[in-house]
Amino acid sequence: MSDFMQQALDSAAASSPPWLQDWQRAGRQRWNASPLPGRKTEHWKYSSLQSLQQSFARAEPGDVELAAAGIDLPDFDGPRLVFINGYYSPLQSACELPEGVSIVRFADADEEQSRRIRAHLGLATGRDEPLFTALNDAALAEGVFLEFAPGARLSQPVHVVWVSANQAQAFSINQRLLVLCGESSSASVIEHFAGGIGGQRSFTNGVTELLLQAGATLCHYRLQLEQEAALHIGRVQARLATNATLNSFHLALGSELKRVDLVVDFCGEGGHCEVNGVYLPRGREHIDYHTCIEHRVPNCTSSETFRGIVGDDATAVFNGRIHIHRDAQKTRAELNNRNLLTSTRAEVNTKPELEIYADDVQCAHGATVAQLDEQALHYLRSRGVSRTEGEVMLSFGFINEVIESVRSAALRDYLQPMLASRFARDPALVGQAS
Amino acid sequence: MLKIENLHAGVDGTDILKGLNLEVKSGEVHAIMGPNGSGKSTLGHVLAGRPGYNVTAGSATLLGQNLLEMETENRARLGLFLAFQYPVEIPGVSNMEFLKAAVDAQREHRGEPPIDAVTFMKKARETCKIVDLDPAFLKRGVNEGFSGGEKKRNELMQMILLEPRLAILDETDSGLDIDALQVVARGVNAMRSENRAFVMVTHYQRLLDYIEPDHVHVLADGRIVRSGDKSLALELEARGYAWLEEEVA
Repeated sequence: MSDFMQQALDSAAASSPPWLQDWQRAGRQRWNASPLPGRKTEHWKYSSLQSLQQSFARAEPGDVELAAAGIDLPDFDGPRLVFINGYYSPLQSACELPEGVSIVRFADADEEQSRRIRAHLGLATGRDEPLFTALNDAALAEGVFLEFAPGARLSQPVHVVWVSANQAQAFSINQRLLVLCGESSSASVIEHFAGGIGGQRSFTNGVTELLLQAGATLCHYRLQLEQEAALHIGRVQARLATNATLNSFHLALGSELKRVDLVVDFCGEGGHCEVNGVYLPRGREHIDYHTCIEHRVPNCTSSETFRGIVGDDATAVFNGRIHIHRDAQKTRAELNNRNLLTSTRAEVNTKPELEIYADDVQCAHGATVAQLDEQALHYLRSRGVSRTEGEVMLSFGFINEVIESVRSAALRDYLQPMLASRFARDPALVGQAS
Repeated sequence: MLKIENLHAGVDGTDILKGLNLEVKSGEVHAIMGPNGSGKSTLGHVLAGRPGYNVTAGSATLLGQNLLEMETENRARLGLFLAFQYPVEIPGVSNMEFLKAAVDAQREHRGEPPIDAVTFMKKARETCKIVDLDPAFLKRGVNEGFSGGEKKRNELMQMILLEPRLAILDETDSGLDIDALQVVARGVNAMRSENRAFVMVTHYQRLLDYIEPDHVHVLADGRIVRSGDKSLALELEARGYAWLEEEVA
């Protein structure tokens, strides 16, 4: 194993709470024992880890002025937790918690809380965990346990902000979010990655576990808005009990390397998930989404839509796996991925991967590389809209269809103008009609 | 206002318009009728510059300017409006933003600043009332999931907001029930003025009961074969098109 993380891991081990140390040791053993995946590893075929081949120090604590770092956070009118380079920032956070929510940082957990965390940590990721999750375990010093009490119904989202702020040398951040949604609770979490604007490279390895107990409903939004200097390998692993519902939305603006794995595990009947996403790499950026829906039990439904616009010399990967196990009868699963390439050098590798072992299921999938619709463009122009403006409107419309699926009106109101103005500014996001 | 001379045009090398002549003066309402396949819709598409339609001979000018050499958007900015027979659905692009972009494009052409959002919203809501469309449709994607009648009302709304000099209504009456037809007629009649002209392409005489034309033309095999006043429409209603086609042949 390459030792680009050794320094960071040594430093994490020195500062972690005692009740996590065996967990760390196990993670580090696995990490050390495994080679970094290369191009011959199927699930890393299109994503090079070349940019990780340098030494990353563990991020230093230190608060920054967000506005000065070019970060303007929206106010979603609910609790907000801000982490700067993995460290909690009480100054930037607004933690008045509504009834039914509790938040504990791993570092602050008392005996009872640490027991509770240990009882749930790793339940979603499972024992046979992937390499970068092992790395996350190995560096597990700072993490957050977010719990929604049974029956709690929250109208405002919990906003968790992960900021990468420039440091003197290249640095790594390992962060963990563990969300437990009690029976019949209903809540929203917005994970918001920001920063990475110039300066030294940062490497974030962020793992999120979502545990939905029976009848729980969770809207989980993961916004990867960090910019060029932020490398990111992330994982979201959800486990749904009987009649649980997960509404999941992902957005990624690019950097040299962004890779997110999303796994939804149906462990009880009657579950439903909707997983949508948008990715917008340009320049020389690379974004890779690997999703996997595990239909283990009968009578669950899943619906998945991802759309991407790839410009300049950028590359994107979308790999959508649907795995319907032998007992998962009456499954309904849909998967759709559409891409718009705005330059002849841009590239997308899209692959639906269906593995179906049950016979009484409905499963539909499609993956395409599209162009803007010429008739739609003509219609806009016939009303006086210029070709250029029409192409901007249609390109934004292409992804806005997915943004409209976002259930939180406050989040839609934040994303739509922010993205629309990017489309108006940046020709790399704008396609042409066929 | 509109002058078309000896217009030949078609799709994929097939001639559809074969020497069409038409003059429309400011303030007039013309109806163009004709059997299926006579080229009625092609006329509107060619004038609006739809991709795939090629002009092989002849000319068309609007307000003295050569339409056929202009980009589609410039034709619209000059004052041409085509109400589509089949308006395009554009999910993801909000109807409101589309309408505002269209109005702003016209304003920019006239050297005016963009209309402010609040004023426009108010105007759009009022227009919704005129065309009997729920203002909730402003928030939807352009024509997305609209019924046939709702799409036609949305076309009418665009026409009212854009205040064109020449409006071509391509079978706007088709598929409308009598109430919707009256809404369309009221909208058009309210917009009739000395400075504006209308060309209504239609299959049926019915629309002309509500919007009285100054001139009626019959289009057959790519040419106007007969022109008259509104009594011609009534004659066509009673006798069909076959006698005319025979007479011309």
